[in-house]
Amino acid sequence: MASKVVDFNVHRDAPANEKEIRVMQPGPLLDIRNLRIEATVYPPGERPKNITLVDDVSVTLMRGQVLGLIGESGAGKSTIGLASMGYGRGGIRITGGEVILNNRNILQSGKMGLRKLRGREVCYVAQSAAAAFNPSHRLMDQVVEAALLHGTATRSEAERRAIGLFKKLGLPNPEDIGKRFPHQVSGGQLQRAMTAMALCSEPDLIVFDEPTTALDVTTQIDVLAAIREAIRDTGVAALYITHDFPVVAQVADEIMVLRHGKLVERGTTQQIIEQPREPYTRAYVSVRHIDQEQKAFHGPPVLTIDGVTAGYGNGVIKVLRDVSLDLHPGQTLAVVGESGSGKSTLARVVAGLLPPLAGRIQLDGHGLSPGLHGRSKEDLRQIQMIYQMADVAMNPRQTVATIIGRPLEFYFGMRGVDRDRRVAELLEKTELGQNLANRYPSELSGGQKQRVCIARALAARPKVIICDEVTSALDPLVAQGILKLLLSLQSDENTAYLFITHDLATVKSIADGIVVMYRGQIVRQGPKKQVLTPPFDSYTDLLLSSIPQMEVGWLDQAIKTRRMESGGN
Amino acid sequence: MTMTMLLPQGALRSGARKLTSAPLSVKIGIAIIILYLLMALLGPVLSPYGEAEIVGAPFEPWSDRFWLGTDSLGRDMCTRLVFGARNTIGIALMTTLLAFSLGALTGLVAATFGGWTDQLLSRLVDVLMSIPQLIFALLLLSVFGTSISTLVIVIAVLDSTRVFRLTRAVAINVAVLDYVEAARVRGEGPLWIMGREILPNIAPTLIAEFGLRFCFVFLLISGLSFLGLGIQPPTADWGSMVRDSATLITYGDITPLFPAGAIALLSVAINLVVDWFLQWASGLKGD
Amino acid sequence: MNALSKLILHRLALGALTLWIVSFLIFAGVQFLPGDAATEILGQSATPETVAAFRKSLGLDLPFYLRYLEWLRAILHGNFGTALASGKDITEIIGPRLLNTSILAACAAVISVPLALCGGIVAALYRNTFIDRAINAVTLTWISFPEFFVAYILILILAVNTGVFPSLSQVDANMSLLDRASAIALPALTLAVVVMAHMMRMTRTSIVTLLGNQYIETARLKGVPEWRILVKHALPNALAPIANVVVLNLAYLITGVVVVEVVFVYPGLGQLIVDSVQKRDIPVVQACSLIFAATYVLLNLTADVLAIAVNPRLMHPK
Repeated sequence: MASKVVDFNVHRDAPANEKEIRVMQPGPLLDIRNLRIEATVYPPGERPKNITLVDDVSVTLMRGQVLGLIGESGAGKSTIGLASMGYGRGGIRITGGEVILNNRNILQSGKMGLRKLRGREVCYVAQSAAAAFNPSHRLMDQVVEAALLHGTATRSEAERRAIGLFKKLGLPNPEDIGKRFPHQVSGGQLQRAMTAMALCSEPDLIVFDEPTTALDVTTQIDVLAAIREAIRDTGVAALYITHDFPVVAQVADEIMVLRHGKLVERGTTQQIIEQPREPYTRAYVSVRHIDQEQKAFHGPPVLTIDGVTAGYGNGVIKVLRDVSLDLHPGQTLAVVGESGSGKSTLARVVAGLLPPLAGRIQLDGHGLSPGLHGRSKEDLRQIQMIYQMADVAMNPRQTVATIIGRPLEFYFGMRGVDRDRRVAELLEKTELGQNLANRYPSELSGGQKQRVCIARALAARPKVIICDEVTSALDPLVAQGILKLLLSLQSDENTAYLFITHDLATVKSIADGIVVMYRGQIVRQGPKKQVLTPPFDSYTDLLLSSIPQMEVGWLDQAIKTRRMESGGN
Repeated sequence: MTMTMLLPQGALRSGARKLTSAPLSVKIGIAIIILYLLMALLGPVLSPYGEAEIVGAPFEPWSDRFWLGTDSLGRDMCTRLVFGARNTIGIALMTTLLAFSLGALTGLVAATFGGWTDQLLSRLVDVLMSIPQLIFALLLLSVFGTSISTLVIVIAVLDSTRVFRLTRAVAINVAVLDYVEAARVRGEGPLWIMGREILPNIAPTLIAEFGLRFCFVFLLISGLSFLGLGIQPPTADWGSMVRDSATLITYGDITPLFPAGAIALLSVAINLVVDWFLQWASGLKGD
Repeated sequence: MNALSKLILHRLALGALTLWIVSFLIFAGVQFLPGDAATEILGQSATPETVAAFRKSLGLDLPFYLRYLEWLRAILHGNFGTALASGKDITEIIGPRLLNTSILAACAAVISVPLALCGGIVAALYRNTFIDRAINAVTLTWISFPEFFVAYILILILAVNTGVFPSLSQVDANMSLLDRASAIALPALTLAVVVMAHMMRMTRTSIVTLLGNQYIETARLKGVPEWRILVKHALPNALAPIANVVVLNLAYLITGVVVVEVVFVYPGLGQLIVDSVQKRDIPVVQACSLIFAATYVLLNLTADVLAIAVNPRLMHPK
């Protein structure tokens, strides 16, 4: 394990003065040296094997500094964040290096020592505050718990401090919100409360683990601004973990780019986003810059949705109200909205899974039956769907060949050699390679899985493909590959895409037309350029102004110029 | 056989490989189960006397002639113990198979079709399950009388409710997944959806449940026989053998513990294997 | 009216409905008797007069729904009719036996619930360690044992070999408390052992699930000590699942009690129902089944209501 023993004993014996000593000490607050983290995985039917999650990574962080840790999934960024608290999830083991916090190696602190520093010197803000708050206790009790536990404040002091933090973080009714239970406040508010919880014990360091990733884009901007203000005002140091470059650009002083558990490069925020040195960083920073020429469309639409109203529970809850749109052959029509906008319900209605309460859907000029059962095999073939989670969109007990081959068999009656040849063709087309045919989904990577789903949709030779958040669950670079593939396939096959998404950046780069949805209604639609050109209605303005931009200082500008407050924060 | 159909090659292969690396307790469990099956199949060949043959005086002690002595009518305990394997296991297996076919099929149907089919079946099962199983069985047996066929049908119907609940619950979890929805949107019929999309994915759970259900049925039937309401004489059966020789225990004679222990041992063996299989199957899911 | 009491009332109404359906099932069950019930029960050799008298005593000459309503009305007044075998009033037969069974079940519950919960929590806290595996092995074995196997082993050890407790549990109203306790020690212990194994395993599972929640990690990352995590953060959320586990297993006692009473010749309801089934004394079987089933329904109802009542989402609506 660690080679050097740091002299933390001195401080441990003098807890009363610890805070003062800590403040006076020179040198970095956090100094992670040559960290190595391993885990044991148990692949079914194979021998357990060791994998390396973090490989020789060093991190230094000065007092009051904010360091962004950015990387795709599997980069080891959360693992490093938790290691700075001496914590490992599941079967994770720290097998090498030192984690020096306030001039002592915390990996040698023992259980007691770690417990004393967690919640006092380092605090943690999780991605999903909704899951991170205990449902049985009031917010206030949870926010002040660490401060009371470590004896850094009396209850009344801690509560006063908490209320101040609630105010600072922009929570409504700061005096009373602490009396509420977690389920009584919204997701954005919980995320703010979690930040207050971290700040309440006045730590030296806070680890933010994707704190805004689970939020809607219009909520994200407010929470992000609140978090940044709080960091600035309290002067706390922070490790800000995210996969999203534009977000980290707003809060971090410096950025570390990680990949496969290794450091790619480190630099100031300005340098990393403007002059990245490494090719990987360059690709990462420039992601979503697909410049798709906007196409113009004349002639009859392939799919027409006319005055559709839909909902659940016999129409008691209306999720869609009077929605009409046209989709042309070869067009990519993006339906954008936040959670609760009804965009996914629209996809279900078109697919026939949810018969609408009112309105009609036409395919190629003839009316489509509202429900699945009334649709002919031919109609079903013409509309295919690609899902957000490729993981659950494929039967884990079927091979890739079966998954792609079934539509061929089902719609065209293809069997045997014919079918296999076509499967191979489709695999080539989706850039997968034929040797994948006999694999099971669990043996594929995330991007490969989504490609198999695309191949399955293509197998039916449809006129319309509904893409339901197809890139949301993917890492940015993988997502970009998928988008490029979809576009090139479209130019070959002239398929129309109904592209459902919450991600405006994606929309901007690939759509021909845009439909903006808000609370079940269309608030704006038209060709891309027209929709993205002012004057805007207030919701579209809010939505557009909330998309984080890859430039330092964007956040301040955005907050200043906004016209409408976001709803669900 | 069912396993080969329901699980893909890979899982089967890795399962076989996993078996060799299974803990000792599981291997012992499997050995015990095989031993019991052999005993059930070869019983008449192995045993020295006939199943209901009276060969000595009542309650003769252990001897070279009667390894475990004789029962209250002078029948050889050892012989009846061997025959008991065939009867008790056979009847329990038959009952479980019946319960399983009924419960799994209806559960799958309820999960796939949903709507009023599901409502109807679920409410029916709720009603059947609102009375404790043993009490319901006692009530029905008092009405229909105690013959083997009534016993099998009554227990199977009552037990199928448990199988239904489990099958429906796990099948519904699968039925809401996108790949099943994708199959529906493709236009697949219910048979494909049940047989190809859902069943293979719940098969490991069902196989484990089969083991547990068998144990439960086996214990229930033995319990009923012990109460004198299950398998009736002269058919040799472990539960009624315990009942018939129970008085011996008060004299410190441990003979009654043999049929009781035979029940317990098989049940332990199955539980050991199922417990391990469940852990393995949950590992399968997480891959 | 708030959502909480509404839900509870709804659940109670559902419970009442279930009870009613159960009563109907138990009554209707008798109607399935193949052929003529009276001849079937009395046997082919019965004289026509006895058959006629018997039919009348069963009320078989009335239409079905009238008989049911009459039966239900009588039961609601605490009148279960008369036993066929002895001609005695069923309510009088059942009364003391119900008390005996309740005492036995209560003793078993008092022994098993605390031990099982502690065992389950310990196994969950030390999961995947030696303690956990040992508890798993022991409980797995226990749940595999038929009740009578456990009973006879206990008899062999504690009654025959050491003579601590009697092997037969004869009790009567005039016994001293100590004698009574000694008499029911073995059956109570048997029941406790059988139920405890199930309860311990289920407790472990629900606590392990609970400890996997993210708010437990949050507490760890605040530096909260393990014991405090268990008491402050896990247990308040464990009330509903644990109540469920306890009640489910108490319901299991109902099944266990039948076999155990027969083994120890304990004068309770379980033995009564078995005797009556053998004699095909249907009114007694009906009465006993009804009592067992009602207990079962009420226990499940309690679990449901408890789970609703301790749910913070319902306790503190938005």
